[in-house]
Formats: sequence, structure tokens, C-alpha cells
Amino acid sequence: MDPVIQLDHLSVNFGTRPILKRLTAELSGRAIGLLGPNGAGKTTLIHTLLGFHPSVEGTARICGMDIRRNAKQVRTLIGYMPENDSFIARMTAVRFLRLMAELSGLPPREAMERAHEALFYVGLGEARYRELGTYSQGMKQLAKLAQAIVHGPRILFLDEPTNGLDPPARQRLLRLIREIRDGGQVHLILSSHLLHDVEECCEEVLILKEGQIRVYCNLEEERRANRKFLELETAGDNNGSFLSALEQAGCQCAVNGSRRIKMVLPQSVEIRDIYHLAADRQIQIRRLHHKRDSLEDIFLKAMEENHGRL
Amino acid sequence: MAVYKHSYQRYGGELTAIWSRFLILPRYAFQEVFRSKFLIALLVGSYVCPVVYALIIYLHHNLTALRILNTNPAFLVAIDKHFFYMFLQIQAGVGFLLSALVGPGLISPDLANNALPLYLSRPFSRVEYVLGKMSVLIILLSAITWVPGLLLLLLQSNLEGGSWFVSNLRIAGALCLGSWIWILFLSLFSLTLSAWVKWRFVAGALLFGLLSFVEGMGAAINNIFDTNAGYLINLSEVMRTVWSSLFALQGNGRIALDDAWRSLLAFCVICLLMLSRKVKAYEVVK
Repeated sequence: MDPVIQLDHLSVNFGTRPILKRLTAELSGRAIGLLGPNGAGKTTLIHTLLGFHPSVEGTARICGMDIRRNAKQVRTLIGYMPENDSFIARMTAVRFLRLMAELSGLPPREAMERAHEALFYVGLGEARYRELGTYSQGMKQLAKLAQAIVHGPRILFLDEPTNGLDPPARQRLLRLIREIRDGGQVHLILSSHLLHDVEECCEEVLILKEGQIRVYCNLEEERRANRKFLELETAGDNNGSFLSALEQAGCQCAVNGSRRIKMVLPQSVEIRDIYHLAADRQIQIRRLHHKRDSLEDIFLKAMEENHGRL
Repeated sequence: MAVYKHSYQRYGGELTAIWSRFLILPRYAFQEVFRSKFLIALLVGSYVCPVVYALIIYLHHNLTALRILNTNPAFLVAIDKHFFYMFLQIQAGVGFLLSALVGPGLISPDLANNALPLYLSRPFSRVEYVLGKMSVLIILLSAITWVPGLLLLLLQSNLEGGSWFVSNLRIAGALCLGSWIWILFLSLFSLTLSAWVKWRFVAGALLFGLLSFVEGMGAAINNIFDTNAGYLINLSEVMRTVWSSLFALQGNGRIALDDAWRSLLAFCVICLLMLSRKVKAYEVVK
């Protein structure tokens, strides 16, 4: 599959502070999750791809088009649902969507038609003649999604789409996002710090930390890979030598709190070897269980690389 | 994405020309503007002066009407460059009032509702956004300044004869250029205030307040330093100097023409810089 987004040593600074540091990747999935702690650069990456922030080095290409040289053509392909409330309070939803569709290049008649359709599609059909300022938080999120899809984009950027939603509204929105994804007509880039949202909607994840790419992987492939995951809890806090021994044995370890260790065992290491290593160092294992490689594990591993802890 | 199908469909139809998209903004803005009955009344009221001027021109060429009104043609205002200069001054004043009411509501709601990322995430640039918003004022102010001015000029030429138009061609140029300078400055100034002040009523009041304040400050500078340099920040004085030169009238000589142009240019550059700082998808907080 041709890459949807190509990052080519993309660097962005705010003033003198580097925010994105030489990002290089080729993203080609149908639904890509953008993960990372607050301040990792997720929103800045989306904004840079939209042309809001200039890059100081490198560039990016969307569907083969350079974001700097072909900014307008690139934005024709994109639908963007911003993180914060963004609308015109005194406009009715249908008029607002029509305006957005017209700005994307649709003729007035088609824009009006699609505005109605998009509002029905997200479930705001009955409220489409109400002013946006009177909408509840959940309805505002749906209206934001509707304006992002009204012009029928090829790529949809969703920035924290479930922010401020109660559980039923969140489920509704995620169901809608999955529906759009399964339609196969659009590539989704979902930025979130909620792992569950990404896990439910995305096939691939790009994990950022401190402006750098830590992991880019296919979730299904990661899960399918023949790896043994263990989570164990020790009695004492002093696991330093035990951890080094595990790593020397070829285990990939991630420390979650002072007593909990998550690890991936290589083929050559058996569980009994772990007990031997613990016994040699007089470490008491309180709990040990197998765990499938969840997004949380991938995320934690990514966060702990270089630093050893969160 | 048809309503009955309930599935997402990409749009594959025709797209409008990119250059024409900035005109979408004034179309939507006019729908808002004409929702206010007061603004409609003001717009209608702004045609009182052109109608009176048209009557004067008509009376000049209709002896029967003058006889009925028992008026001597010598008492009527002469139709020359002074006549049209006065017309421009009156309509510019009405235009100022109109832009104080319409201008502040153009950008501030978008900024207050954080709507700029939505505009700018589409194939729509910041320049097009400002042009679109500006064209609301340009169209409104044109409709009450140079357009009726030229119509009056054509009426006069029609009644007086083609030779009058040829010998007074400069008036047409002065009327158009003078109006455009005023319109562009006023549009930039009200958009800048609209971008910097989120409350439209405060922005409207500021439009009046700032100009009066600057005028007062200019007068204070003149008095304290015994100079005429204070007139350079007095916008009405600057505009009078520019308009007088365009109409080839004797100015009051308080400021030199070159200085007046420079002052106007500086006002516009400041407005543009301030606008470019505010009209952004996102503000980077340092």
C-alpha cells in the first residue's frame, strides 16, 4: 500500500524550543493512532501537516504531495476535527456545515445537500436547525465530526475526539469513527492520549515522546507475533540487580511502579529461568501472570525506552 | 453520504474555482448584516445625500422646476470639483459609521469561538480569509461612496453634455481613488480592531474612541511642541490633504502631501501587522 503520510526528517520549533525532532516515517494504514503523553507533539504534528506551523527542517508528504509546496491541494484532501470547541456559536448547524463545505470547494447546492447528509449521518439530523451555541458537549463533538467529513475528504484528522464526553456519548462517537473507517473510503489519523480509544479504532499506532517517534507498529501484527508476555510483582522495592539479570538474559523489561515488571521473554528463556534468577538474588515473586501484548504494553515500553521509567 | 444510505461517501463532483472562494465569506456575512433592521435603515439613510445631490443636479438643468420652486439658479451650489469633494466627505462620514457597526462583528466571533482552525484547515489561506472579510466592508462602502458618486457624475454629464465629462475627468478619478483609499483604510482599521477586541460593541466604540484619542493627541503634540507634526496622526486631516490633492483643490497646508501619504501608509502597515499577528489558526504561547 502506498504511504498516506511520509515524514521526512520533519522538525518544528516554537521559537527556539524544538517540538518535533527529525520525524521520519511512512504511515500507510487505514486507521492510524497517534499516541503520546501530553506535550509529546501529537497536536503539533497534525497542525504541521495542515500547514499551521512551518517546519524548520525536513518536510512531509500527504498522498505524495509536499505539505509546503502543495498546501492547498493537500488541504483539499483533509478533514480536520480539532481538539477544542471550534464553531460559530450564532450559526445553525446546517448553515455552518454548508459554509465549511463551500470553503472546501463544493458548489452551494452540493454543499447544502452534503451538510444535511453529514448531520443526519452523525445523528444530529433533528437538531440541524438549532444554533451551535445551544448544543451540549456531545452534540458539539458530533458537529465537529460532521464538519470534518462534510466535503468528503480522503484523510480525516481527529484530535482527541472523545474529549469531555460521558461514556455513552463516547461509545457512540467511537462507533461512528469505526463505521467511517470500515467504509474504506477514508484514512483516519486519530490523536489521543486515551489508549482505549486508539485500540478500538486503529490498526496502526505511532507513539511520540518528547517530539520523537518511539514506536510505529501494526497492532494486529504485534499481537500476532510469537512473543511471551509476563507481568510480575515482587515483594521488595530493590529490583535493580534482578532487572539487569533479566535484561542480560534477553528479556525486554518495562517497570511499572517500583514492584511491577512487565517483560517480553525471548524464545530461549522459560518461566522457570525467571524463578531461578529471582531466587539467586533473593527476590520474592508475589504474583506472575501471562499477559497478551496490549496497546498499553506497547505504549509503556515506548515510554520507558532510554529512561527506564515513566 | 446520502441521508437514506447512512454511509460515508467521498465527494467526487465539481469543485469551485479556488480564486473565487474568498467571496463565500461576504455572502454569509451579508446575511448576518441584513438581519439587523437598524443596519438596513442606516444603509437606506446613507442614500439621502446622493438623492439630494441628484436633485440639485437635476434642478440645475431644469428651468421649469426652478421656476415652480421660485429659485434663482445662481443660488444653487455650483456643480464642480468642490461639489463632488463635499459629497465624498459626507459619504465618507456615513461610511465610517457603517463600518463601526459592521466591521467589529466580522472577525471577533470567529476568534471568540476558535473557528479559525476550521477555516484554515481547508484550501483557504489567511490572506483569502482577510480579503473575504474585508470585501464585506469594501462592497458596503463602495455602494455608498464611489458608486453613487460616479452615477451623479454621469447624470451631470448626461444633462450638461459629453464635453463636461471630458473636461472634468479628473473628478471621476479623484472620486474613485479617494473613496478606495478611505475604504481600504477603514476596512483594515475595523478588521484590526475586530481581531484584537473580542467584544464587538467594545470594538465598535473603540473605532470612534481611538480616532478621537489620536486626534486629541495630535492636537496636544502641536500645542506642546509648537509644530504641525501632530496632524500626521490626525486621520481626518491626513485624508483631507490627500483628497484635496486628488481633486486639485487648495489644501489648508497644515501637512505636506508626501507626509500625508506616508502617514496613511504607516497606518495601513501597522494595521496589517496587527492583523497578521491575530489571524492565525493557532497562537503559539511563548
